[in-house]
Amino acid sequence: MAFQAMVRNHGQDARATPKGGSMRQRKILDQDEINRALRRIAHEIVERNKGIADLVLIGIRTGGEGFARRLAALLSEMEAVPAPVGFMDITLYRDDIFHQKTHPVVHATNIDFKVEGKTVVLVDDVLFTGRTVRAALDAVIDLGRPRRIQLAVLIDRGHRELPIRADFVGRNIPTGRADLVEVKVGQDGDDSVILQEGE
Amino acid sequence: MKLLLKGGRVIDPAAGLDEPRDLLLDGEKIEAVLAPGAKADAEVVDVSGCWVVPGLIDMHVHLREPGEEYKETVATGAAEAAAGGITAVACMANTKPVNDCAAVTDYIIEKARAAGRARVYPVGAVSKGLLGEGLAEMGELVDHGCVALSDDGHPVMSAALMRCALEYAKALGVPVLSHPEDKSLSENGSMHEGEWSTRLGLRPIPAAAEEAMVARDLLLAELTGGRLHLQHLSTAGSVRLVREAKARGLQVTAETCPHYFTLTDADVRGYDPNFKMNPPLRSCADRAAVIQGLADGTIDAIASDHAPHSPVEKDVEFDAAANGIVGLATILPLSLRLVVDGKISPARLVELLSVNPARILGLPGGGNLKPGEVADVTVIDPAAEWTVDKAKFLSKGRNTPFEGWKLTGRARVVIVGGKRL
Amino acid sequence: MESALKIKSLLDLEGLDREGITHILDTAVSMKQINERVIKKVPTLKGRTQINLFFEPSTRTRTSFEIAGKRLSADVINFSPSSSSLTKGETTLDTVDNLQAMSPDIIVVRHKSAGAAEMITRHLAARGAPVPVINAGDGAHAHPTQALLDLFSVRDRLGRVEGLNVTIVGDIANSRVARSNIIGFTTMGANVTVCGPPPLIPAQVEKMGVRVSHHLDEAVADADVVMMLRIQLERGAGGRFPSLREYAIRYGLNARRAERLKPGALIMHPGPINRGVEISPEVADGERSIILYQVEVGVAVRMALLYLLCGGGDEITA
Repeated sequence: MAFQAMVRNHGQDARATPKGGSMRQRKILDQDEINRALRRIAHEIVERNKGIADLVLIGIRTGGEGFARRLAALLSEMEAVPAPVGFMDITLYRDDIFHQKTHPVVHATNIDFKVEGKTVVLVDDVLFTGRTVRAALDAVIDLGRPRRIQLAVLIDRGHRELPIRADFVGRNIPTGRADLVEVKVGQDGDDSVILQEGE
Repeated sequence: MKLLLKGGRVIDPAAGLDEPRDLLLDGEKIEAVLAPGAKADAEVVDVSGCWVVPGLIDMHVHLREPGEEYKETVATGAAEAAAGGITAVACMANTKPVNDCAAVTDYIIEKARAAGRARVYPVGAVSKGLLGEGLAEMGELVDHGCVALSDDGHPVMSAALMRCALEYAKALGVPVLSHPEDKSLSENGSMHEGEWSTRLGLRPIPAAAEEAMVARDLLLAELTGGRLHLQHLSTAGSVRLVREAKARGLQVTAETCPHYFTLTDADVRGYDPNFKMNPPLRSCADRAAVIQGLADGTIDAIASDHAPHSPVEKDVEFDAAANGIVGLATILPLSLRLVVDGKISPARLVELLSVNPARILGLPGGGNLKPGEVADVTVIDPAAEWTVDKAKFLSKGRNTPFEGWKLTGRARVVIVGGKRL
Repeated sequence: MESALKIKSLLDLEGLDREGITHILDTAVSMKQINERVIKKVPTLKGRTQINLFFEPSTRTRTSFEIAGKRLSADVINFSPSSSSLTKGETTLDTVDNLQAMSPDIIVVRHKSAGAAEMITRHLAARGAPVPVINAGDGAHAHPTQALLDLFSVRDRLGRVEGLNVTIVGDIANSRVARSNIIGFTTMGANVTVCGPPPLIPAQVEKMGVRVSHHLDEAVADADVVMMLRIQLERGAGGRFPSLREYAIRYGLNARRAERLKPGALIMHPGPINRGVEISPEVADGERSIILYQVEVGVAVRMALLYLLCGGGDEITA
């Protein structure tokens, strides 16, 4: 399960690009901190749901994919039963497709289990305005009627535009609206979360 | 009052002349060709930098009157001709009703006289109603002023009828202008058969549709000794057939149109019906052969095949659009490009646009600037740069593929019968 | 808003390179997944108006586009002028102008004249209302969505398109499916052969990058994909070959011929089939045939195109 090195920019809008070296950048989470956060989230999931029976993980593509996999692995390890994990593309449910410069790329959805009656834990890397999660809720409900849906995110950076909250949070980071939060999922244990201050 | 065209370059191939000369006109006639700077008691028109040539003659136009006056009238067509430097046109018989009777011929001639612009010589039908079944009363047509006979718009599909027409016309002393197209080969087609018809998915018209009929007509001309003139030649094969026939001593003449030496079938890309005409635009090789034919004497004349249509006929799907484009406004500058490109000389251009049309049609005057000749003169400014703007056309037709083209050369002064238009 | 495809309308496949085609096929993968769910709908084009403007009758393509639009939550309107105003003399462009008044967000056009989709697109742009247009077939010129679904089917079943031997059999001269597939498959790196009796092969078709064969057995000997085309009686095949009987004998894909195909070779047909003429019933229904699968993926491919071409309108903030 090799992760492709990728960089996810969570900025005010998808088109903003950082203006170069003069901006302040700092690493807010390194690999160890990320690992600890994920482990704690896994424990919280087990605690809240009293085990992982009838529980499935759905990672929101593309940022939630890696973390969903990791969480699934951790949960399986803890509970000694496999934790089903799937990956969902929510592009077609977004409310801002036509506000972009070009059509967002639609990736595949890989969910080989039913959500009917299950506890679905949506997993994403960063919770920001809440619109992605809103789209994910609609997408999951179109797959069936879950018993309940919970949300696990690595970073909650505030600035919600919809009444959405996470059930499990790795780290709360206060940010400015124009800041960028970069989540790097590396090849060999060099994951990091970088905050870039905007203007 | 006499008129002196002063300071120009007189090109009169009939007299073998291409020199700086002044031209003196008196009333309706040419009085003299003078050495530059000669004094004359006349109104002076300064034509320095210009060519002074015998009035240009477009021997293939459609004026649509009677019957389709919404597309063009004799008056608007004659005005457009004059604006384009043309002093005389020969108009085809495919009007409504067809010009297959004296009444229509008289009508056209009267309309032209009233308009007082370029001269209009009617061409009468070969067959009644252009139906290709029985001969029209050609004798009467010629008596009333038709200078030639043609079913143009349509081919004469029956070889037997074409034979009779050539024989009958021989005695009348007029040529038969043939629109060479084998309809069984061209049926339903809308563009040249080749790489582009394949790519564009349009029904094709093979070059052979024209060449088969050219070959047939040449053989009939040989058989009958009649005067055959082949219209709007567009293919290398047609040029080759005419060249070979002439080499064998056959008396035949031929014309082509500016679009066949300017555009090709690749220009149909985009499906703009302003690129649709019959015969269709052909391949690059055909275009090159047509140019060669103009240069080496195989093709005798350039004519526009001016075919005005309204948006009703043209602003539709390509395969549904009517064939034809207007051409009076652009025949001269497009032909001048051949001179600029070094393909033909200025004298040859004058042969193609004046001398030969006058001769082929046996016109009562024109085609030369000899003293005593009727004063039909075109003054061409070969350096004038302008852009084709169809909104400024005097013709009612706007169906041109050359909209927006930057061209060099246009007529500055046009004189018909001594009168400046 | 600019499409990732860099085109505003899909008039033919000429304007798409390999990357563009691949992007459409990849997007169609996700759309196909939606078609396999219980709730076969996403809200993506909610509130958008799609007009299916079919001047030429076609139930299957029109239905495919209708389902595609509805699955994206668009409001789909079917307009078939052949049954009403055109017979009263209304021109194509007048019909388009009338529809423009309904503010469509996307128009799907089928017309019997080559170039009609381009004419309509140009006209709309000239009117200052550049609505995206998808060409659902214009005369014998192009049928780009058919070629895209054919490419999707082959890629899905054989894993790739590059290097495959593809043979297209039939009235190539009058076939828009053939033309678009020739362009699509050659762009994606396949080796394309066209096969049919000489009068049905258009002039200089080799210039489009294909091999020509007049003998079916030879043409399909090494084929990975055999695409049979319907003999188009309605497009004037009449007169260019002696009879359907002779055509079926010399160019029909019968059971004997199908058996001799390479193992794993796919048999395709854009439909509707002339059973017993270009393809025999047992071959059409046989295990190599993916004819019905083509129809299935057609909806997904059309959904992908509707998504990729629908624009932003007023809300563009970029």
